[in-house]
Amino acid sequence: MMFGRNALSLRGIGAHTIDALWRLGYATRFLGLTITHSGTSLRRPRLIIREIYYTGVLSLVIILVSGLFVGMVLGFQGYHTLQTYGSESALGVLVALSLVRELGPVVSALLFASRAGSAVTAEVGLMKATEQLAAMEMMAVDPIARVMAPRFWAGVISMPLLAAMFSAMGVFGGYLVGVVLIGVDQGTFWSQMQAAVDFREDVLNGVIKSCVFGVAISWIAVFEGYDAPPTAEGVSGATTRTVVTSSLAVLGLDFIMTAFMFQGV
Amino acid sequence: MQRGTLDLWVGIFVMAGLGALVILALKVGNLGSFSAPETYTVYAEFENVGGLKARSPVRSAGVVVGRVNGIEFDTQTYKARVRLDLEMRYPFSKDTSASILTAGLLGEQYVGLETGAETEMLKNQDKIMLTQSAVVLEKLIGQFIYGKAGESGGSAEATPK
Repeated sequence: MMFGRNALSLRGIGAHTIDALWRLGYATRFLGLTITHSGTSLRRPRLIIREIYYTGVLSLVIILVSGLFVGMVLGFQGYHTLQTYGSESALGVLVALSLVRELGPVVSALLFASRAGSAVTAEVGLMKATEQLAAMEMMAVDPIARVMAPRFWAGVISMPLLAAMFSAMGVFGGYLVGVVLIGVDQGTFWSQMQAAVDFREDVLNGVIKSCVFGVAISWIAVFEGYDAPPTAEGVSGATTRTVVTSSLAVLGLDFIMTAFMFQGV
Repeated sequence: MQRGTLDLWVGIFVMAGLGALVILALKVGNLGSFSAPETYTVYAEFENVGGLKARSPVRSAGVVVGRVNGIEFDTQTYKARVRLDLEMRYPFSKDTSASILTAGLLGEQYVGLETGAETEMLKNQDKIMLTQSAVVLEKLIGQFIYGKAGESGGSAEATPK
């Protein structure tokens, strides 16, 4: 009896592992297909522009407001910590470096995954459930070229732009709290920041991070939608999986990239 | 194909994103000072550079006149060889002295230059002869404790309890 149950759970683990590998392979093939079928959307950029509006422009408000608040909180917290060491003048450095290196790309990617990624999955999944994708294929319109690729590229383009705006807004928020509210000297705030933040080392690495996050989130979102079982539960489950998987992917990728980028720093 | 308000919004979005990147590069980062004025290189040898790092500032009278370009250990003299990139518009005399100083008590370390009296100026690839090493706090404390111990030992002998 005991043995039987163990064998059953062991079999379950094996089945889950094989299923996960199978899905990963399928997802990779799907990514390859999406990229090779991007010709249509590159020739008709309006398709991408439309999707940038839905994923990028409509995420603008949440990104800007969150960036402002994250920056303001960093201003308060950083000031209180730095004050104990008598180095309030390093507040600008703290705010700018933490935003540009980490918080900007990561937090905006998490917001982007839950705001835009889930929407893409739900849209594509519902298109599949209502057999719109099948109808397209019947009309000899490739759904991967017409539906998936524009959404994928829109996410890839939007993400670094959103992350840059998040960081800029956050620095402004830190300035508001640090300089305007608390009264840290404006000159040292900016000059120390500029002395410490390196364009290639910090800003460009942040942009690279957000580009990678953009690819990961868009890939996961489009694939989960395409792969969703064509039922109400299937679409809702796929939407949940998009947010969970892409959040974990963002954090995991961030760790790997940080380990590579800031080895010697 | 007509232009819609959608395109306008996407245009604004892309411009704002690129604008944010430019702000990050110029206002937050140091790309503005990347097109730095021309520099000339001088070398200085120190017994101990302490916490000096590449890209640390070089100051004279508190004004940043250049940056540390690199630090390496010289096996010939067993000293640290520091490469300083100084701005062209700030010439220094040949007998300039360089010392490693600390901003504040525990702040970042920088190279301080004090110009001398000679009329001949430092040229590219020249070496600064007069240098003063970084103050190592541990050594200073050690000396202080050693001095104190010697002092109290002496006085203990003079006035036994």
